[in-house]
Parts: sequence; C-alpha cells; structure tokens
Amino acid sequence: MKNIIVIGNGMVGYKFCEKLANHPNYKSFKLTVFGEEPRRAYDRVHLSEFYDGKTAEDLSMSSATWYNENNIDLHVSEMITEIDRTNKTVANHRGEKYSYDILVLATGSSAFVPPIDGVDKEGVFVYRTIEDLEATEAYAKKLKAAGKTEAAVLGGGLLGLEAANAVKNLGLNAHVVEFAPRLMPRQLDKGASDMLQSKIESLGLKVHLSKQTQFIQGSKAIEGLQYVDGTELKVDMLVVSAGIRPRDAVARECGLEIGTRGGIVVNQKMQTSDENIYAIGECALLNSMIYGLVAPGYDMAEVVVDQITGTNSTMPEYIDMSTQLKLIGTEVASFGDALNDAKEEVDEITYVNKRNGIYKKINVTKDGKKLLGGILVGDSSDYNSLFQIYSNGMKLPEEPEDLILGSRGGDGGGLLGDVMDLPDDAQICSCESVTKGQICSAIESGEANNLGDVVSCTKAGTGCGGCKPMVKDLVDATLKSLGKEVKDSVCEHFDHNRQELYDLIQVKGYHSFNEVLDKHGNGGHGCELCKPLIASLMATIHANTANIEYAIQDSNDRFLANIQRNGTYSVVPRVPGGEITPQQLIDLGEIGKKYDLYTKITGGVRIDFFGATLNQLPLIWKELIDKGFESGHAYGKSLRTVKSCVGSTWCRYGMDESVSFAIELENRYRGMRSPHKIKGGVSGCIRECAEARGKDFGLIAVDGGWNLYVGGNGGATPRHAELLAEQIDNETVIKYLDRYLMFYMRTAKPLQRTAAWQERLEGGMDYLKQVIIEDTLGIAGDLEKEMQTLVNKFECEWKQAIENPEMMKRFSHFVNSDEDDDNLVFVPLREQKMPEPWK
Amino acid sequence: MEEILKQYKTTTLEQVTTWYEAAKVSDFPKDGGACIKYKGKQIAVFNFDRIGKWYACQNLCPHKMEMVLSRGMIGDDKGTPKVACPLHKKTFSLEDGTNLNGDIDAIATYPVKIEGDKVLVGFSN
Repeated sequence: MKNIIVIGNGMVGYKFCEKLANHPNYKSFKLTVFGEEPRRAYDRVHLSEFYDGKTAEDLSMSSATWYNENNIDLHVSEMITEIDRTNKTVANHRGEKYSYDILVLATGSSAFVPPIDGVDKEGVFVYRTIEDLEATEAYAKKLKAAGKTEAAVLGGGLLGLEAANAVKNLGLNAHVVEFAPRLMPRQLDKGASDMLQSKIESLGLKVHLSKQTQFIQGSKAIEGLQYVDGTELKVDMLVVSAGIRPRDAVARECGLEIGTRGGIVVNQKMQTSDENIYAIGECALLNSMIYGLVAPGYDMAEVVVDQITGTNSTMPEYIDMSTQLKLIGTEVASFGDALNDAKEEVDEITYVNKRNGIYKKINVTKDGKKLLGGILVGDSSDYNSLFQIYSNGMKLPEEPEDLILGSRGGDGGGLLGDVMDLPDDAQICSCESVTKGQICSAIESGEANNLGDVVSCTKAGTGCGGCKPMVKDLVDATLKSLGKEVKDSVCEHFDHNRQELYDLIQVKGYHSFNEVLDKHGNGGHGCELCKPLIASLMATIHANTANIEYAIQDSNDRFLANIQRNGTYSVVPRVPGGEITPQQLIDLGEIGKKYDLYTKITGGVRIDFFGATLNQLPLIWKELIDKGFESGHAYGKSLRTVKSCVGSTWCRYGMDESVSFAIELENRYRGMRSPHKIKGGVSGCIRECAEARGKDFGLIAVDGGWNLYVGGNGGATPRHAELLAEQIDNETVIKYLDRYLMFYMRTAKPLQRTAAWQERLEGGMDYLKQVIIEDTLGIAGDLEKEMQTLVNKFECEWKQAIENPEMMKRFSHFVNSDEDDDNLVFVPLREQKMPEPWK
Repeated sequence: MEEILKQYKTTTLEQVTTWYEAAKVSDFPKDGGACIKYKGKQIAVFNFDRIGKWYACQNLCPHKMEMVLSRGMIGDDKGTPKVACPLHKKTFSLEDGTNLNGDIDAIATYPVKIEGDKVLVGFSN
C-alpha cells in the first residue's frame, strides 16, 4: 500500500482524487488530502453564481460523503507548512506529521495583488475563495446601508469580468479598470474587445481601459483610485483581480526547483525536481507556463494518476488554451492562435454586426486550407465546430468565410458536416478530456444506451457544458450507425419502421396482414397501431380500396365513415374543387332531410351529414351514388379536398383557372392512402383566397404559370408551405406533385403530415428539390409510374361496398338483429339535432 | 347511464346458466368482432382467429359510455389479447376486461363456445 498525500483541495486536487479513486488499482493506495479552506473542493469557475443564490454546497465538486465512501482521508482547514523530503513526511501548522510515498502538490494560486500604495486599505478585496466573496458581500451591504454604491474591479481579464459581474450582482455600480487598451487582452483583439465592451456597458457596467493605478485614495478606507495619467475614479470598494500567482511557498522552502517568476518547475510527467513529488494545476510551471484554466489542470491530474499507476503518459509541449464561456450574459470564445502570436502570414476574416452585438474573427492560412484560430463574441454557437476544424486540421470550405458567415447557398448543413467524420481522438469535451472515440465506444460497447448514460460514464459535458450539443449529435449518430437509433419501429409487434415495412410489402408482394406479421413480426398478434398502418401500405402499394380485409382497417376506414361522439357516423361526398350545381345541392338536401341528418359545410368547403347509424350508412350512400356522388374519403388518411378560389373564369383578378385545375388535381389524387390526410389548394392569383400555402400542396397562379408550394399545414402547428418550383405549367405541376406525394407516401413515418415530414427531411428543401426536380436519386420515373397506377386503379370504395353483399354485412349494428342501436339519444340543436352530451 | 353499466357483469365459465346461440361463425370477421343483442344487452363478440380463440365482452366502452367496442380493432399487448375502442383507442384485456392503457373501470367479459358453425355466448341468468 502506497501512501499518497495531496496538498490542496481545489478543483484540480479534487479531480486527481476522483481519477485515482476510479482507477482499477486504487486498492493499492492510501489517499490523504489536506485542504486549507474550511470546505471541501468547490467549483471556482462558477464562483460568481454564489451571488446568484447558489450556496457553497451547490458549488461543491462532490457530495459530503464522497471522500468517506472512497476511503479518502480528507483534512479541511489544515495547512501543510513543511515538507521533509529526506524522511518523506509533511507537517501541518500544528506540527503533526504524515508520511508519504508520493506527494502531489495541488496548492493552486492566489490572487495577484499588484504592489500599489494603499491596497491594504479597508474595502479592498480579492476574488478567489468563498471566504473572499463572503467578506466582499458583507462590506457591500455596509456600503449600501451608508448610501455608497461605486465599486471597481482591478483587472479586465476573464476573472476580472467575472468579478465585475459578481459586484454588479451585489447591487453596486461596477467599474472595470484595465491597464491594457482592451478587455481580456490575452484572448481578444481590439474589435472583439470593443464588441464585448459595448455589450457589457449596455448592461450598466463601466469600462475604463489603459488605466494604470498609482495609488489608492482614502485615509482608512478606500475612497478612490488615482491613475498615473492624473485622472481618478471615485469608488467605495475595490476588488483586485489582476491575475494569479502560483502558491509555491512550501515547495520553495523544501528546496524544489522554482521558476524565476514563481511556479513549481515540472517536467512533462508533472514531476518536480524530486521524483517522488508531483505538482499539478496552477502551482505547476510546465513548458515555462502557468496554465490558469481548469482543463489543462485536469489533464495534469490524469497524467499523474497514470504515472503513479504505471502508465507513462505525459503532458504535451503545446497546450491548447481555447475557451468558451459566458461573461456577464455575453458569449465569448477564443481558440487556437486567436491573436496570431506566431506572427505568421495569415488571412484574417472578420464579421462585425453592431446591431446584434456579434463579432467573429478567424485566422486562416494564406492558402485558405487551414484554420489557425479565432474569436467569437456575442454568438459562440459555432465554437464547437470551429474548434474541431481547427484542432483536427480539417479541410475548410472553398470559401473559408462560410465558417463564420454560414453557407449562403442556404443548404442549412452544419459547419462540420457529419460529426462522425471527426477523427476518433478529436477532443469533444475539453473540461473532462473526452474524445469522440470515448463517446462512441461507450455506446458501441453497450455500456451506454443514450445521452444520459454517456454523460454519466464519460463525464463528457459535465464541466462547462459547452460541448453538450456535439455530444448529443455524436450519441445520436453512433446509435444510428448501430441500427439502435431512437427506435421508430411502428409498435411492439414489429422491429421495423414504416418505410421498411413499405419496402418489404412492395418487394415481397404481401397481400394480407397475417402474412406480413408472420414473416416479419415479433411473434405477437398485431394491434391498433400496426394493423391500420399495414392496411394503408397495402392500399398504396397494391392500389386497393379500404374494403380489403376490413378488420385491420382503422376505425373510420372499416366503415368508410367518420365515427362521431355517440358512435354514429358522418357522411361526406366528394365535391371536387368545391364546384357544385344547384341540382346537386337539392339532391343533397333531399337526402339529408330524408335521414334527418345534422348538416354543415365542412372546413374543406363541402357538405357533411352527421348522425347516420351504421345501418343507415349504405342506404344513404346508395342514394348519393345514384345521384352521381362518390366517396369524399373524409374518413381516410388520404386526399381530402383541393380547395379553390373561383379563379380567372369569373374573378376579375384571376390569373388562371384555379377551379378547373383544383378539380383535376382532386380527381387525380382521390382515394389514394397516405401516411396521413392530405389537403390541397389552388389560388388563381397571389391574393391567395384558397389559402393554398396552408395546405400539404398549394398552387398559386402567377405570370407565366403556377408556383408550387409543398408541406404546409394548419392544425396544431401551422406552417406555410414552401416553394418547390416557380412558373411551371399544368403538366409540370402534375409531374412534380406525383413525385412529391409518392415520395412522401414512401418515406414518411406513420401519421406524419407532409409538414412534419418535410421539416425532418435530412437536407431540407434543397434535398427535396434535388429528388423531385433534378431526380438525383433516379427514382422520379418509378414515383410517377406508381402514382399513375393509383390514379388508373381508382375506384369509389362506397360504390364497391354497396354492390357487394359480402362487404355489406359489416354495416349493421347487430349480427343477430336488424335493429339499430337503441341507446342513441339525440337532443335538439337550433333547427337540427345533436347527440346527447357526454356526462 | 349508470343503469346501463349495471347490466354488464363478468360471467365466468362456472357461472354460466344459459348458452345463448348468437350467430354463425361466418357472421364474424376473422380477427375482428361484431355485436350481438341478448335480452336488451349489447355484447361484442370477437373471433381471434390468429390464436384460435373467441372472446365476448360488453359493447359499452366505459370511458364515454358509447356502444362501440365491437367495432374496435383487436390485437395483443405483450401477449394479452385486447380490444381498442374505436373512439379514443382505450384498450381492454379480452381475458379479464381490465383497461390496459389507463385506469378506467374494467369491462365485463363473457365466455364463448363454438359448436359446429354456431357461436354461443354464456350468461348467468
């Protein structure tokens, strides 16, 4: 058993413990941790949230029992003051000694307080620990009680801005005072700084740049800052956040090698000049640098765990300092060589949008082939993609400016293309150093089955959380590649989705539900989800009516009518394009009157009769058919109506014959079964009286032909149809519509309207245009042929039913009696009737 | 409505006192149902041909008290034979009448036997 002692219980010290405790060989170590703060390690990165109401416990890195559960001896409020390297012991401030075999220094850093005259005055604070914050808060309360409100933060870097936000959250007026001519001088250029400045100033903070403080005014307590340039800033409080200094005192005293400007010198193994002592985090001087970010600190912790457990991993000589964060409500990110420190020949591409407060800059090699770095202010949503392109040296788009402007071709594709194209070692979560390979293999190995599993077993996304969208994309793509995609199988009886069943039925030519279920089901007996779906597919594929195998048809298709609240049905004959003669109206009126049916004009501008009993349905339909009407398929997942305005035959504005074309289209597509109902509209001019753009397909007559729109919807999620083609003639409209509808019928999910289908179509409208217009899949001919078969084989299913005694058997309420349902109760409604309301 | 519901009581095979000859086998669709009338009661009878079994239950869906269950689709829920109401797709076990996708009261079920081409439904009074 080796004794490991860790000095320091900050984020990196904690991460070391966590990684060691999770190591398979952890049993061979005894871990003892000393922290000088009174509480166990907490998330210093999100310290300002302490003023947003988060408690120290909320910020804690672990649960209260975690150290105990993992057999770690944690000493809080205990400062190690001495290291005896000869005897390999450490001693705390009380002189108690502990032996170590391996010592890990994770002493972190302290706030750097510049040697300015007066920094010891009352009202001057640093921003580092929860105790600092508590002291600052207490003083702020006192100030406010005394009517004082001005507080300055010395330092306009990352931490300084965090501190300024904290001060603002305390209810004080915050002033950021920065020596450099710009904010975050190590990460941002002037343009980015200007944008950030105007954003944070709009939130009420004040920024003072190029200000060097000479001394702090005031007798006992601070009263102001006196600048070297002779000006001054009157403030009642000062928070110093001018950088960090590694805490190396205890290391220095025991003779370890220390850098000239501080920091415990370590090699790539994170070993100090004593091979039994390691240093990690902000106290370590690696590559002659102090790394003030948490991600490299975590990497260092991992390297030391590897080293002491027998794996020889090392820290690289170049460490990426890319960051993405939200500062005072503003997204800021910088990656790679953002400021061109390498002074290479680069092309700088900048996008500035003052209206939206967005600044984006990228540095690209002169040949336009490589992304070297960049800065994003105001919108860092592309950070993950840009960072991956940069860090993996991926190929850039032909026009590198597309990286920050988006492709103006409007293909809507992501910057990266497919996340699966990333190399396996691409680091997705830099806080926890999780690579793409780790995320994908967690799923491939079966250890994880969804995003939640992946997050808990790899810890990806648990740090800053910025990588979460990319982690999700990877999880989805990996699941998909394993055929484990969020299962869209139709129900428990099949492991297939609708499109797969479509193909199976088409290829194998199945004609009955049981055949499909026996050959491709899971051994069950079907249900109300798969039965009507397969009925619909067979109707589409074999150009059948719903009279075939009626027991598997959806409730409405089974009786060729819409079941209503009391179990009676409605009757809707087709009125193509809404054109109806007075005689037809009289005929309908006579029939409605004869059977005492409640009568209404439908939303699809045709006539609907309600209250027909099962026994009455064939009688009513026989009369309708005798008068020349046919089924309106109002009950089916099929074409309902093609609504039209009166068009150029009568309308003085009409550009084309909208009624004639609507009738033609409605008659063309009537009866065909589809994933969901389909509605069409044809407007004779852009006044759009037929509301065609709210339909699954819509036509608007314009100069030179028709504009064809597809994928519109009213309903719960209204959506305007999108333009598929412009100024096309009638023949082309039909050609494109045949292809579009058939493509939808082949590939949509069960009960998915065209709008939802189109929205989820990979590649969007551009892809749809390629398939429908350019025929890139080479299926247009098949689609047209299939549609033509449906058109040719159309048959009115009500006519079919009433002429066939066997089919008629189902239209009676009882099989052992001719009586009607005697439980039906109707009550009067205005001049008509309605079912007795539900209790 | 409550009165109507009271007419329907689950009848077990042991409780049957009358086997009512309801209709012919061919009057019922395969893997589907139809309604019969017996002494003012409406009973849905299902020919679950796939598994070679017949089931009967009240025609009244207790969800909205409409006489519609015989027009529902049948199938199985993880092996339990069920009927789905055509109005709102509430599903009930054909074996014991329990509501499988909610907590609506169970429906009454009745035994069915086939003699030759006759379908008989068992009642207890």
